[in-house]
Amino acid sequence: MKLALAGISHHTASVELRERVAIDLEAASALARRLAHGGGKAQEAVVLSTCNRTELYLAADDHDRLAQAADDALLALAGADSAALAPLAYRLADESAALHLFRVAAGLDSLVPGEGEILGQVRDAFEAGSPGPLLDRTFRMALHAGRRARVETAIGESPASVPAAAAALAQQVFEGLEGHAVVLVGAGRTSELTARNLRSRGAAVAAVVNRSVERAERLASSLGARAVGLQDVAPALDGADVVVSSTSSPGFVLTMEALGPALRARRGKPVLFIDLAVPRDVDPALASIDGCFVYDVDDLEAVVATSLDGRRAEAVAAERIVAAEAERFHAWQASLAVVPAIASLRAQAEEIRVSELARVEARLGRLTESERALVDTVTAQIVNKLLHQPTVRMKEAALMPDGLIYAEVVRHLFGLESENEA
Amino acid sequence: MAELLVWPALLAYGLAAAAYAGELHAPGRFGWLGIWGVRLGWLAQTALLVAQAISADGFPWGTWAGALNLLSWLVVAGYLVWGCKPRYRLMGLLVMPLAAGLLVLSWAGGGTAVHERDGGGWTLDAHVGLMLAAFASFTVAAAMALLYLYEERRLKRRDPAFLRLRLPSLEALDRLASRVALVGLLLLSAGIVVGLTRLDPGELDAAMTVTTVIWAVYAAALVLRRETGLQGRRLAWSLVGGFSLVAFVLPLTHFAS
Repeated sequence: MKLALAGISHHTASVELRERVAIDLEAASALARRLAHGGGKAQEAVVLSTCNRTELYLAADDHDRLAQAADDALLALAGADSAALAPLAYRLADESAALHLFRVAAGLDSLVPGEGEILGQVRDAFEAGSPGPLLDRTFRMALHAGRRARVETAIGESPASVPAAAAALAQQVFEGLEGHAVVLVGAGRTSELTARNLRSRGAAVAAVVNRSVERAERLASSLGARAVGLQDVAPALDGADVVVSSTSSPGFVLTMEALGPALRARRGKPVLFIDLAVPRDVDPALASIDGCFVYDVDDLEAVVATSLDGRRAEAVAAERIVAAEAERFHAWQASLAVVPAIASLRAQAEEIRVSELARVEARLGRLTESERALVDTVTAQIVNKLLHQPTVRMKEAALMPDGLIYAEVVRHLFGLESENEA
Repeated sequence: MAELLVWPALLAYGLAAAAYAGELHAPGRFGWLGIWGVRLGWLAQTALLVAQAISADGFPWGTWAGALNLLSWLVVAGYLVWGCKPRYRLMGLLVMPLAAGLLVLSWAGGGTAVHERDGGGWTLDAHVGLMLAAFASFTVAAAMALLYLYEERRLKRRDPAFLRLRLPSLEALDRLASRVALVGLLLLSAGIVVGLTRLDPGELDAAMTVTTVIWAVYAAALVLRRETGLQGRRLAWSLVGGFSLVAFVLPLTHFAS
């Protein structure tokens, strides 16, 4: 079996071209079924389509026609833009295609190294696709490689966006976010995203404060919070652990004069201000109060930049894991070439064993049922032990350039019918 | 022969201290070496203490040098409760040099020797054991408080690399430090009560006075925490202050008297 891949990604194509060939999971599933079972050149197909890439993985016996089929199917997705797409597409085969998939699953080919979403997208594509023996194994190994990269390295640990950095910061101040209250000042999109990120980690949004109470109510109802007008901001912050602010006010909304006494009365109980507004909403002087931490958007972007550097450093370790998994894939694929010889050898040995037992059936008849079972087990064990070493050696030899000669020698020595004859 | 166990213990503690210093500069690279140094050193020291306990007729750590040996072991044992968790390992940077220093002093004073020794009666043994366990708790609490102050400073300064060296959250450090200090206070109280049974009327020396002050400092900090919600930087500094009395003033008054 051969493997072929044709695809485009953020490395090669602009978003305008990528969106022409992007398809949803249902369409990807239908396309994979059509390619694998539609009487075409492929016998197996999986289509991976995300906002950053569209890739077609096909498997069949005929490699040349398979690569062409993958290419044709990808260009067909682009319709009238296929001419523009053709020079931007990449085509990979066999181990190169598998290695590429392993890197994709590990997040090493992503825009943000180690991003977590891609592993789920690869799994979804695999489950929605039409894999056979080769693609099933390839995708399972890719998912394993992706999981290992995330578990054994810190590539996916640090935040890759401002809302995620804000949430990571909150978790550095508070042990867990369960039971901690978040107050939003401003009902903009960024503060909503940050609030949802904090909520996904267990925090509860207590209030949404906004100049327009109607707008605050809309967001508050979706977050299970209460809406408060901006004039009541100081009392609304009572009991808040995290304050996310992003108003369009020209000056500070949360000032030392308004909040200082209440914050000092907390006697060191921590409160985190996340100021996402430009110009800033939170008076930086508040940070001088014991237990008060003030971060603006520049600080959070610096955290993201630093953590991306960290991810890139971790990517080196993740690449090693992916290379090891690719080596395992290579060994497995090479062993496939000697599987028919091994299967024939074992079938012949089993046939001899069974026929010899049948020949002495008359004498075995005197044995009890348990004694007969013992004879059967012992003879099977002898056959297995005799064939174990040749099986292992043939699989090892398959990794070498002239390894298939071993399989031919075994066929010749044991008088097995050749693959062609079969 | 068992006395020689002090050397692998010292070597391992020293290695751990150096590894934690390296961890501070290159996060994620030397932490494992540090924790293994602590584990191996602690096992060696445990074997030494067991050998001392078997050889002695009674409590073998009644002398000041012997007490330092036991204190060092208790401090490391307290550290190991949390130090095995990666985020808490950096406490070792504060604890291990201290533990190694105590062990060196103990060795210099003959506290690591293995030979027969008479005990001082069960009340004295219990008093010394409880006081040492209390001081070990205060040491671990101070290490947590210092880690809190370091982490708080990083967050106040808005260090963008705060995630590179992952420390426990401020809330966790604050809560654990106060709990460990509470355990220390209870042990100290028990130690004082047991000690009072041996005290002759009118006998009160400087060391006892300082011990009472130490008790009052910790009790005040913990009562203020409970009653007024004192936490954060102020609580951390009060725990560090209490520990400085334990580490510096108490030994001075002890030897002066």
